[in-house]
Amino acid sequence: MTETVTANGFKLDTGGQRVVVDPICRIEGHLRIEVNLDDENVIRNAVSTGTMWRGLEVILKGRDPRDAWAFTERICGVCTGVHALASVRAVEDALGIQIPENANHIRNLMMLAQYTQDHLVHFYHLHALDWVDVVSALKADPKATSALQQSISKWPKSSPGYFRGTQARLKRFVESGQLGPFSNAYWGSPAYKLPPEANLMAVTHYLEALDFQREIVKIHTIFGGRNPHPNWVVGGMPCSFSLNETGAINMEWLNLVSSIIDRSIDFVDQVYIPDLKAIASFYTEWTNYGGGLSGKNLMSYGDFPRVANDWSQDNMYLPGGAIINGDLSKVHEVDVRDPEQIQEFVAHSWYKYPDESKGLHPWDGITEPDFELGPNSKGTKTDIKEIDEDAKYSFVKAPRWRGNAMEVGPLARYVVAYARGDKEIKEQVDGLLHDLGLPLTALFSTLGRTAARGLECSWSAHKMREVFDNMLANLKAGDTATSNMDLWEPNTWPADAKGVGHVEAPRGSLGHWVHIKDTKIESYQAVVPTTWNASPRDPAGNIGAYEAALLGTPMANAQQPLEILRTVHSFDPCLACATHVMAPDGEELAIVKVR
Amino acid sequence: MGIQQTFYEAMREHGITRRSFLKFCSLTAAGLGLGPEFAGKIAYALETKPRTPVIWLHGLECTCCSESFIRSGHPLAADVILSMISLDYDDTLMAAAGYQAEEILEQTIAKYDGNFILACEGNPPLNEDGMYCIQGGKPYVEKLRRMASHCKAIIAWGSCASWGCVQAAKPNPTRATPIHKVITDKPVIKVPGCPPIAEVMTGVITYMLTFDRFPELDRQGRPKMFYSQRNHDKCYRRANFDAGQFVERFDDEGARKGYCLYKMGCKGPTTHNACSTVEWNGGLSWPVKSGHGCLGCSEDNFWDRGSFYSAVTDLNVVGQVESRADKIGAVLAGAAVVGVAAHAAASVISHTKDNNKGGDSHD
Repeated sequence: MTETVTANGFKLDTGGQRVVVDPICRIEGHLRIEVNLDDENVIRNAVSTGTMWRGLEVILKGRDPRDAWAFTERICGVCTGVHALASVRAVEDALGIQIPENANHIRNLMMLAQYTQDHLVHFYHLHALDWVDVVSALKADPKATSALQQSISKWPKSSPGYFRGTQARLKRFVESGQLGPFSNAYWGSPAYKLPPEANLMAVTHYLEALDFQREIVKIHTIFGGRNPHPNWVVGGMPCSFSLNETGAINMEWLNLVSSIIDRSIDFVDQVYIPDLKAIASFYTEWTNYGGGLSGKNLMSYGDFPRVANDWSQDNMYLPGGAIINGDLSKVHEVDVRDPEQIQEFVAHSWYKYPDESKGLHPWDGITEPDFELGPNSKGTKTDIKEIDEDAKYSFVKAPRWRGNAMEVGPLARYVVAYARGDKEIKEQVDGLLHDLGLPLTALFSTLGRTAARGLECSWSAHKMREVFDNMLANLKAGDTATSNMDLWEPNTWPADAKGVGHVEAPRGSLGHWVHIKDTKIESYQAVVPTTWNASPRDPAGNIGAYEAALLGTPMANAQQPLEILRTVHSFDPCLACATHVMAPDGEELAIVKVR
Repeated sequence: MGIQQTFYEAMREHGITRRSFLKFCSLTAAGLGLGPEFAGKIAYALETKPRTPVIWLHGLECTCCSESFIRSGHPLAADVILSMISLDYDDTLMAAAGYQAEEILEQTIAKYDGNFILACEGNPPLNEDGMYCIQGGKPYVEKLRRMASHCKAIIAWGSCASWGCVQAAKPNPTRATPIHKVITDKPVIKVPGCPPIAEVMTGVITYMLTFDRFPELDRQGRPKMFYSQRNHDKCYRRANFDAGQFVERFDDEGARKGYCLYKMGCKGPTTHNACSTVEWNGGLSWPVKSGHGCLGCSEDNFWDRGSFYSAVTDLNVVGQVESRADKIGAVLAGAAVVGVAAHAAASVISHTKDNNKGGDSHD
């Protein structure tokens, strides 16, 4: 008997054909997916394996906590800045540092710019090719493409000549016989449903978005000096305002920020959102697949404080909480300090705990790598053909909230905010569902996840305007401070302090837990969005979000993993984040490096 | 770096007939769902000089190099990818996945043996038999070695590939190892930085395509056109350094006037990069201009040179290209904090004292 039911209620069947997809491309980092297909090519078992580990935990031990943001920022260069922000928040929490209002505004602006740019790049450059057939665009009539574009958006770049130009360029490219990043893909597959005109429109916007995303990140460059990897500082922001001096941020740069915000709103609302709706309308069957945990357990920490240093959910532009068993009538409060709430398990991860039946809160966590394949795996240690998911099988740990596997990310944030009755979010969601003629339950799907990210991109672009205006009002009132340096010097710190900093990163809930002892980092742990979503099984048998979402999906062709890519990409995986694992116990890891 | 041989010539050399070649072109066209008229065009293209194939591998890294690359304003990343090179493999951007993706690597070796550029982002970990970075079920280092043995030259993108970077900081638990220490028989050009500046990345590629050779490199393998001077040498706040006008803490009066960040730990005096000349994101700004000191992210082992907020004291300039004798002399003399540049040392000392008294004195 190969059929089982998991603790979180999913039916698994490990019989049938096993299909391996490694690498999963168009993501950050390295991920392997294995699935079992039944006779009708429907996915009946799914296994998510994070295949990299960088071991930053020992590296942070003993360092100056004011430096930690720079180290942790390098966990990820795609969602750049999110770890740096979580880190400075964790250190500020530990040391009791209050940041100025302007620093809060600037941090909000930088994170909103990150959402806008990251979601845009994800949709067009990491996800679109799952839905858009590039080669089919060659068959499009540019006039019809122009008519399509003009019927859905007032975006000015819509003439037949404009689309003819892109098509001619694409034709030259294909005729060269060198397809570059489009080589060996799945063009012509029956799984692609868009007419050639829609494909040409989307390919054109692939190029336009690639150009425009460069503009959005200039907000990071102004406040943080560059992008990727802008600079931050414990106690506020490193930049200063200098409204009547030469040498810092003045009216000219503020005007540039304002202009970028306006252009971002236009691009997202006139290009991304209409494309999203147009593409979604051809793939509404994807509201039936890929739901996984989303209809059950979702979590968001909440983020974007209106007023600095107040972490209550009432103060958040995007309020958080947890939904359990799909009950939207109740949003549970999440306490990141409570040792009983967030815990990480390693029974199926390539790490060792003294007692692997139990989970550990991040302040008490251990990270000791233990790479070993299970007895039923196929191949050898350095040439894995098939993973044995009954044993340890991933460099990703299994985080749980009160024992539950949770989905995090834009969809989780949107459902939590919707359940809390947030007016802006509700209006957006109801509007989109109305336009597509879909019920609320359609959200709990691959398409719902992709749609929520698009809505959030629009939300963040508009929210930048509100935050920017609030910042100007604060400057007008005479407050130009950007940093609080009162507790900058280590001799002002307590001998022993613990802190936690959390961020809603583009991909979901991110937390950093730090322990500072005698002015140095004693331990550091991060639990990141992709650790939640790409999670392997836990000792109780709960499967993670990717694994759950893949179940029940029919594949058009077992040799072409388009359907797997669609659902996995809908989460926007970030494996460098998921598998960096910061842990407190440097001593134990020091043994490992001898190997 | 140019490719002398066309794909057609390479196929003929491998004993493939013209007839088979044309059949291959028809199959390629059909495989893409295109009509027979495309077969002729593909055949024509393959008989003429191809765009240089680039295989872009990812080891242990954070993908900030790829993100930086797509920020390039001149040339645009899209123009590089569509018109200048043929980016045949890049797991961050490519449409295919799984074995269809991995197949491209062997196809590239078959078609362009010795004639493709290997672009490496990130590095291989060598501990645990290389299995801290698994791709296609195997250690990443195997894939790196296989592709390196058939490539023409290697670009080591960023500080991970060039030096090791964050995962190689002490105690380097995975034994993350830079490319030139794993691949020793191919030319490697290092383009360090965490990440490198976008226009530096596209500048290196376009130089190689335009002039058909590597740009001139320094002794550490970095292109001199971007790494021959220190950020400090061309810093627009250099006048404040020379005048002894320093920021003492973030957001103080000096910070608001854009004074020198040396005392806030700026590593500009020891960092070879183009930030102060090319600047970032279309020449808009760079870390010092925004108010934070340089982290030194393009230098070897910059993570283990003390806190980012400690003033430079361990000027490890001996052996570095173009270090001037007076600087080395100052360091060896143990001039510590004031040894950044001997010619400025006196003013640093005098004005540091003045500033500490709360004065805002200038020369």
